[in-house]
Amino acid sequence: MSAMFEAVDVTKTFGGLTALQRVTFALDGGIASIIGPNGAGKTTLFNVFTGLYRPDTGAVTFRGRPLVGLRPDEITALGVCRTFQNIRLFANMTAAENILVGMHSRIRLGLRDVLTRGRRFVDAEGALWQRAGVLLERVGLRGKGNEIARNLAYGEQRRLELARALASEPALLLLDEPTAGMTQAEAGTLMALLRRLVGELGLAIILIEHNMRVVMEVSDRVTVLDHGEKIAEGPPREVQADARVIEAYLGRRAATGRAVP
Amino acid sequence: MIAATAAVAFVALSSAAVALFPRSILVFLLFQGSLLYAYVARIPGWLRATLLGAAVLVLMPAIGTYNGYYLEVATQVGAYSWAIFGSPHANVLFGGTGFPLPSWWFYPFLLIGLTVAAGTGVVLGLPVLRLRGDYLAIVTLGFGEVIRVLANNLDKPINVTNGPRGISPISRPPLPLEVSYAVGFYFLALLIVVVVILVNRRLEDSHIGRAWEAIREDQLAAQAMGVPLVRAKLLAFASGASFAGVMGVVFSAKQVFINPESFTFLESIGVLAMVILGGMGSIPGAIVGATVVTVLNLQVLKGLSLWLNELKNAGVTIFGYNLANLPTQLEPAKYERMIFGLILVLMMIFRPQGIFPARRRQRELGEQ
Repeated sequence: MSAMFEAVDVTKTFGGLTALQRVTFALDGGIASIIGPNGAGKTTLFNVFTGLYRPDTGAVTFRGRPLVGLRPDEITALGVCRTFQNIRLFANMTAAENILVGMHSRIRLGLRDVLTRGRRFVDAEGALWQRAGVLLERVGLRGKGNEIARNLAYGEQRRLELARALASEPALLLLDEPTAGMTQAEAGTLMALLRRLVGELGLAIILIEHNMRVVMEVSDRVTVLDHGEKIAEGPPREVQADARVIEAYLGRRAATGRAVP
Repeated sequence: MIAATAAVAFVALSSAAVALFPRSILVFLLFQGSLLYAYVARIPGWLRATLLGAAVLVLMPAIGTYNGYYLEVATQVGAYSWAIFGSPHANVLFGGTGFPLPSWWFYPFLLIGLTVAAGTGVVLGLPVLRLRGDYLAIVTLGFGEVIRVLANNLDKPINVTNGPRGISPISRPPLPLEVSYAVGFYFLALLIVVVVILVNRRLEDSHIGRAWEAIREDQLAAQAMGVPLVRAKLLAFASGASFAGVMGVVFSAKQVFINPESFTFLESIGVLAMVILGGMGSIPGAIVGATVVTVLNLQVLKGLSLWLNELKNAGVTIFGYNLANLPTQLEPAKYERMIFGLILVLMMIFRPQGIFPARRRQRELGEQ
């Protein structure tokens, strides 16, 4: 009962539609994947975790602190940050500036520092830009810092979103389909990077992913959602063989082993 | 090198021309064009600074004493440049300031004006936090109207604004040197504009400015990245309004008289037009926009309608039609607004980003 991140009995309805039905989820570290057919409630779950939606019932805690009722920026400041399924970069700002916005919650400068532009400000600002460069390099965008975000290639934009989320120094990173639109090779590079982040920084990652090869390769644990309910959870191999999972993805016949006409 | 020579020659010739033909609008436009050229030309930084510095510190006041009218324009440009960063309704608050107090109180009141206007910005900002884009603009313009009407009626039960009769006389500040009020206000406006530009550049180039930009780009993503929306937005309202407040104090002292009619809806629209014409989010754009709109309204369009009126009065015949027979509905004076509107429409079609669109700054990064 003291996992780093814990969601208990989270329910969320939109009008008559139940998007999440008593979902329970816990994570202590490593990479956990959430999979499920379209409309299963995966992104809704992320939105509840990051404070964009308020759940109807249920509790979400991070390091023992309740997250329900906090604003998204407060949750980010606590160390939970995310990327978006449909890329939401600040399109007309440069790649480096995007990353600097990600650092916002870690900046300890006041209005007075900004207006007087004293030593404190200059040093802090210099360090921020320095770190932006390091983060860009880390996600393989070296030398792209001054490019306008909207002009970057699709895969580069995804990686920039990752760098922007990393800039907030999260302990838990939520990635919503980070490999969408990437080639298998690009996805492989990205997953290697995620593995490194987990190893080096002790980051915990929750991944929403449709690319099954990626999911099976990188996840320590897989959670399957269908129609807003958790239908399976466990190590990738087990989940892959679970009858309910196969049914959710391929239909009843496939699950019961009968030939599909 | 050619560009440098050209810039120096352009500025020198056009200022000489202004000295020779003080009444000519075209020559004055040429002079302003030369300053713009000096600003954009590929010349060394020190040369640009010298040229522009000489122009604003020496040439303009000199021309001004030669011909008071130009200084009037320059001060108004100054007075308007700042307003761009805020909303003019903050001015309205400044109806009551400064008049029973000794005149040196003017200077502390610059600060008081700043604070009170910032507070007003926050108070007005609170209810509109949920709105964005066009809706936000409509509501803030609406607030401007509300405050004007309020000022119009706040002569009872307690007489705060003296209603539509306005406040007069407002005392003028003592000036440190023996200069005329025209020159004094010019330098005061210039000083404030410089401070406002400095403050804006520092804000722009900090986490505060980046958070504002991020909110403009994608409010939801900005919040998810840790930007506290309410605080950032209220700070934006407060800083915008505070610039307007400072200038409102100067405005009231300069005009000696203000009443609610000084702050009509048209003024707000005029300020908005300056920003959009110059280029949103760009400081040089705001200054150029303010200059263009002010010069257009006070000189070029006025001159044009005067000229048309003269033609009419002289009974000139064009294409066999005697202008003296023009019906009153087609008074030349009425074209002024129409042409201004036409210019705005054409700008929006052919250069929607404005004259001087915002540019992204390139930075050295720590990636070796």
